[in-house]
Amino acid sequence: MIRIVEVKKVFNAGKPNEFAAIQGISLNLEDQKATVLKGPSGSGKTTLLSLIGCMARPTGGRIWLQEREITSLPERFLTEIRRKTFGFVFQQPNLIKGLTALENALLPAYPLGEPYGDIKKRGLRLFDLLDIGPKAQSKVEWLSGGEAQRVTIARALINDPAIIIADEPTAHLDTTRSREFMDILGRLKGEGKTLILSSHDPLVFESPVVDRVIQVRDGRIESETE
Amino acid sequence: MGARIERQKNILDYTLAALLRRKRKNAVLVLVYTLIVFLLASVVFFSRSLQREAADLLQGAPEMIVQRQVAGRHELIPLAYLEKIKKIRGVQAARGRLWGYYYDPVVGANYTLLVPESREVAPGTMAVGEGLARLRLSAVGDDIEFRTHDGSLKELKIARIFPAELGLVSSDLVLVAEEDFRGLFGMPRELVTDLAVQVRNPKELPTIAYKIAEALPDTRQILREEILRTYDAVFNWRGGILIAILSGSVLAFILLAWDKASGMSMEERREIGVLKAIGWETADVIQMKCWEGLAISLTAFLPGVLLAYAHVALTSAGLFEPVLKGWAVLYPHFSIKPYLDVSQVAALFFLAVVPYTVATIIPSWRAAIVDPDAVMR
Repeated sequence: MIRIVEVKKVFNAGKPNEFAAIQGISLNLEDQKATVLKGPSGSGKTTLLSLIGCMARPTGGRIWLQEREITSLPERFLTEIRRKTFGFVFQQPNLIKGLTALENALLPAYPLGEPYGDIKKRGLRLFDLLDIGPKAQSKVEWLSGGEAQRVTIARALINDPAIIIADEPTAHLDTTRSREFMDILGRLKGEGKTLILSSHDPLVFESPVVDRVIQVRDGRIESETE
Repeated sequence: MGARIERQKNILDYTLAALLRRKRKNAVLVLVYTLIVFLLASVVFFSRSLQREAADLLQGAPEMIVQRQVAGRHELIPLAYLEKIKKIRGVQAARGRLWGYYYDPVVGANYTLLVPESREVAPGTMAVGEGLARLRLSAVGDDIEFRTHDGSLKELKIARIFPAELGLVSSDLVLVAEEDFRGLFGMPRELVTDLAVQVRNPKELPTIAYKIAEALPDTRQILREEILRTYDAVFNWRGGILIAILSGSVLAFILLAWDKASGMSMEERREIGVLKAIGWETADVIQMKCWEGLAISLTAFLPGVLLAYAHVALTSAGLFEPVLKGWAVLYPHFSIKPYLDVSQVAALFFLAVVPYTVATIIPSWRAAIVDPDAVMR
């Protein structure tokens, strides 16, 4: 369970261009459910995701991950939580050019100190599960949009995280690829993963995979549907 | 412990894969880097080898030489001075030496003529250096004419030629008998070129030199250690001159390396952002950059040093010979034994590897401390 209490995030505080992206959001996110944060651009979805995923600290409020309060932890601990608990699928694939698809997917596991052979085996298994096995040794710049998206999913799953965070995951996919992506998420949810997504794509928030849709606007929760 | 090693191995693995992406750019950098290390290491190895060669040579030289001076110039010294020197406590032996230079107008070269201590050369004959024999196209049994001090000609037969390995010492050397030497230069029997003094306890050398100066005020005392120091100074100076000449290219390289190492492209910054977002710590990124710096500088350092060693060992530093060894008509053909000095290699290592590696770390640290959510925005 993730518990968010009165969380605020202000950018450029005290400067003329000060901007409050999140203005006091309280929310409980249950385990093994799929939640979508829905709202227009600039509504604060991505900021909220980055706060939940320990990528940034809130300006005010608290966030609990299970029983652990994470907002006041030093960077080292946040990184530790980030790489073991969360898997990220970004709006852009954010793959590192020049490396192969498999090398990209293995990157989050490198600093954990597991033997390379074990990580590679796990990576290849994920590639097979995501139907991109033959692309493992291809350079990422040769991949199609859909293939790149799957590589990012493999990368998000390499450390077997409990929670998958996906920010506008279908923004650059056509309808077929978007449906395939939601099917993959459905499978992951079936395996017990918690999914937290942001999107304004009906293919995502109307998908049967999704349990809960939270409407965000101007950094506040506007409404909620289950 | 195992996990730590695996972690470093994985990070190194990524670093190498990342470096191989920019093969051409990195290859050019390594090539220029290698060339600079090669030039610097060649100068250092070569000057050091010459210093050692000179030091080895001087091991056989007398501990002290006493020369007479008139108006600040070296003059022939009377053998009678020997008696005064031998009376000084601590002096083990003293003897007169006969040596000088002869200009051979046929080939335009200067020879060093010397009467050996062992008096092994029979009158009318001589032993010559390989360089002289080469220059005069002569072999054992051939006669060479010398013009004496009064204009007459004197023929000496070559009884022996020194092997080329002794080139540095013997290339221009001519060993002759005492009477031939005196006859050639018209030197009176009671005079010699200088005196060689041997002492019982080397620690007493400065004291004995002082006493000789007191007893024979018109002489100067030259200690072997002083000659060694002079050699060191000369070769260090020559090495320094060469490094000063090379400093332009070294500086250009430092600028290039600094720019490459410290100037981080947008692409590299983005990559660091991605790594941070997917769970790399700032320390992981810095370690990765550290490996990168080490990989590049070591790849350049090792071949650079090995090539420099080969350059000195196999070609006697053919590129720098004229500057470092000096010049002469009768130039010794000799190969230098390179001496590998650990402290010198360590100094080169610290000059070549450490600055580059450090230069790569600072900008990556600056890039790595940004919030990982930058990638999401």
